[in-house]
This record gives sequence, structure tokens and C-alpha cells, in this order.
Amino acid sequence: MKLIVAIIKPFKLDDVREALHDIDVHGMTVTEAKGFGRQKGHTEIYRGAEYAIEFLPKVRLEIGVADDKVEQAIEAIGNAARTGKIGDGKIFVMPIEQAVRIRTEETGDIAL
Amino acid sequence: MEQVMELSYALDTFYFLISGALVMWMAAGFAMLEAGLVRSKNTTEILAKNIGLFSIASLMYMLVGYNIMYGDGINSLIPGLSFFLGADNATADVIAGGDDAPYYSNLADFFFQVVFVATAMSIVSGAVAERMKLMSFFAFAVVMTAVIYPVQGYWTWGGGFLSEIGFSDFAGSGIVHMAGAAAALAAVLILGARKGKYGPNGEVRAIPGANMPMAALGTFILWLGWFGFNGGSQLQVSTVENANAVAMVFVNTNLAAAAGVIGALIASRIMFGKVDLTMILNGALAGLVSITADPLSPTPLSAAAIGLVGGLLVVFVIIMMDKKFKIDDPVGAISVHGVVGIWGLLAVVFNNSEATLVAQLIGIAAIFGWVFVSSLIVWSIIKAVIGVRVTEEQEYQGLDQSECGMEAYPEFGKK
Repeated sequence: MKLIVAIIKPFKLDDVREALHDIDVHGMTVTEAKGFGRQKGHTEIYRGAEYAIEFLPKVRLEIGVADDKVEQAIEAIGNAARTGKIGDGKIFVMPIEQAVRIRTEETGDIAL
Repeated sequence: MEQVMELSYALDTFYFLISGALVMWMAAGFAMLEAGLVRSKNTTEILAKNIGLFSIASLMYMLVGYNIMYGDGINSLIPGLSFFLGADNATADVIAGGDDAPYYSNLADFFFQVVFVATAMSIVSGAVAERMKLMSFFAFAVVMTAVIYPVQGYWTWGGGFLSEIGFSDFAGSGIVHMAGAAAALAAVLILGARKGKYGPNGEVRAIPGANMPMAALGTFILWLGWFGFNGGSQLQVSTVENANAVAMVFVNTNLAAAAGVIGALIASRIMFGKVDLTMILNGALAGLVSITADPLSPTPLSAAAIGLVGGLLVVFVIIMMDKKFKIDDPVGAISVHGVVGIWGLLAVVFNNSEATLVAQLIGIAAIFGWVFVSSLIVWSIIKAVIGVRVTEEQEYQGLDQSECGMEAYPEFGKK
């Protein structure tokens, strides 16, 4: 089991969700985040005083997938989230030690 | 005939009361405007401040302020001192007619005037936002609404020496707006800037407000309320001449506000390359403050011109206050009400042949001098006794926590 963490541009969320649905990955957790990699922020001006916005709005997805689905998921997320412009985001893959469905107490791959 | 006179009295009283109610509604305008321009962690406190000051003003002005301002004075400089409101007019006095016959209710007069005091006081609340102790503010409000404002009000509207020399201030650009700004300036000088506002090399840091919709809503509410503020100051509507005058006042008030927006919009675009919403909101208010000294004499076009200058001026003054003088005023109150209030008083001489530049200047100096100096003294006393500023820790945490013990947005607030 692997936990895929994807940081994407916020307006790409629907596209990514659909792409994951198409490869039969259902269920995800989404949080609003701010961040930057190589993407530069911008400056804003409030009542004459300039200030730098370094952190850009992003969306963070967390998806638990079975090992045999990981490559597919990465491809699906990447293709859906890519705009080709700087700031598209990143995908991280981490191992999951244990997964439990709270309602039924199922564990392992079927809990994902 | 008697019935007509009674009806006329009733109409004018009604008009006066409705105008007063509109000005009361401006309290909501200030509350929303200020709440929108401070950070979310200070929102509850500024709302408490606004509703608190309005209430204090209502009580103190009833207890003593109104009588200081409108009672018989010792001389044209020193007002008298008496307490509580007197009785209202008797029907017989009204229908007796003649020049001295009352034409609206005395208590309606009090009601209309009390909302003006509250307006002057609420100008201070924005300038001191985000770092003042709530109770210190309320302590000052008691003195301002009971004594400081009434004394300078007495000098003009109460029949004192400024009215004798021909100082002209129709609805209060000086008496209400510049006076409030003078008290605010004294406060900010004693209080100091917000932590983090000015960098070590004097660079100005932006501290953006948390809620633009509320700031805009507040401005629109103030705009609406101003029709009562200026319109009611005609005092009467029950003759053709007065009704026409009121209509002219409404038209000019609206045009000045609109032109103020345009002026600020142009200034903002030129100076920053962008249309800063908070600046054009200030522009609307600047236009309104400009015309408040005389919304009746100018033609509609002149009124618009006066408002336009107010709007252009306010953007430059806000920047100058912030950058050059390092006076931290989160909502621009001192600029909008003070500097533009002075402009409004001076602009009267362009359209009102009875006004003189000399009288206007004396009025400006007297009102500003009195309010500024007495406020400085009162703030200094408050500072010595209970302090005016919250601790650095409290300021960082937010006044909602330290002064009110609650958050404005408990579900959503992050800082």
C-alpha cells in the first residue's frame, strides 16, 4: 500500500478527481495549502505599501492506493494536473504501514 | 390654520427624526468598514468598540453633553453646564406662531444631535484599531462625548463665538469630522504604530484588511446615512424653499461622494497602477466629508468638483501620513475626516458668499486646536492611569482574545 501525496494547482482538482475515477481510484482527502517550488510569487500593493506574496495557493491530495495501482495513479494525476507552466506541483509516494476502514474494521488493501 | 401649523411641526419633527435614524445607521457603516479593514483576529474587538462608543455617546450626551452644546453659555467662548434633557414644546407655543415659535420637537433636536456626536467619536475608533485597550478607548469616549465635542460644538451651532464671526459649517465637516480626526490624531501620537507596521529602515509594511465585502458594505451604508447627515441639517422640510433645499442637499451629497470615488480611482491608478478598493472606498467618504461643510450653496457640478478634489486629495494624504509622517492609521480616518474636513471648510468660500476665508480659518484653528490639545491631555492621563496599549503578546495574539475573550471566526480563523 502506498500513500500518494500530490500538490497541484487548485483549478486542476476536478480534472484530477475525474482522472482518478477513470482508473478506479475512489476516495481521497483534500486540503488547501500554500507553497512554492521554483515558481516565483508576485507583489501586491495595499494602500501604497508593496508586499511580496511568496506562497501560492495549492491543493494537496492524499490517496491511498494498492501497490499495483501506483504507476497508473501517478500517470493519471500527472496528466490531469499538468499545464506545462511553472507551478504545476509535485507528486510524492510514501509507504503505508497499515490501513483500517473505521466502519467495518477491514484492514489492508481492501481498506483503501 | 392651526392645524396646518401643527402638521408642519409634525412633518418637520418627523423628517428630523428620520434623518437622525439614518445617521444612527452610519454607526453600522463605520462598524462594517472598520471590521473589513482590520485583520480577522481583531474583528470582534472593533465591533465591540463601535457599538460601545455609540452607546456611551448616547448616554453622556443626554446626561450633560447636549446641554453644554445647546444650553445658555457663560459667554461666547465658555458654555454653561447643566444636566439632563428639558421638556418638549407645548402645542400652544407652536401654534402661537411668529419668528421664535418652535417648528420641531426639542427631543427630536436632541436625537438628531446625539447621532452626530457618535459619528465624531467613531472616527477615532478606526485610527487606533488593532493595538488599543478597549477600556481605555471607552474612557476617552466618555470625556469626548460629554465635554470635548460639546464645547467646540457650542462655539458654532450653540451660538458661540464662531457663529458670531460667521464661521460656516452646514453639517459638520469641521465640527464633526475634523474634530473626530483631531482626537484621533492625538490618540495615534500617544499610542504609536502597530507592531510590524514600519520596518527597521522605516519601510512601510502592508497589513491588509480581512474582509473587503464588509468594508464596501460599510461604505455604502455610510453613503446612505449621509443623506440624513446632510439632509437633516437643513432642519426643516415643510416649506417649498426648505423642501427644495433638502433636495439640493441630497443631490449634491450624492454627487460629491461619486466624484470622490472617481478622484480616488484616478489617483490610485496613477500612483499604484491598480485600483485599490480600500482607497476608492475612502474616496467616497472623502467626497462626502468635503461637501458636508456646505452641500446647499454649490451647483451640482460644483459639488461634484469639490468631491473630486476630496477624492484625489485623500489618496495622496493617506500615503503621506503613512510613509512620511509614520502615522499608522489602519482605515485612513485622520486623512479622510481631518485633512479633507479642512478642505471642505475652505471650499465653502467658493460657493457661499456669506462665508469668509478668515472666519473659516479661525474656525479650523479653534476647533482643531481645542480638540487636539484637550484630547492629548485626556489620552495622556488615561495612559498614565490605566495605559492605552495592549501588550506585545496580546497584540500578536489578537485583541479578540485579549479584550473580548472570543474570536470573530472561531471555525475558520487561522491566526
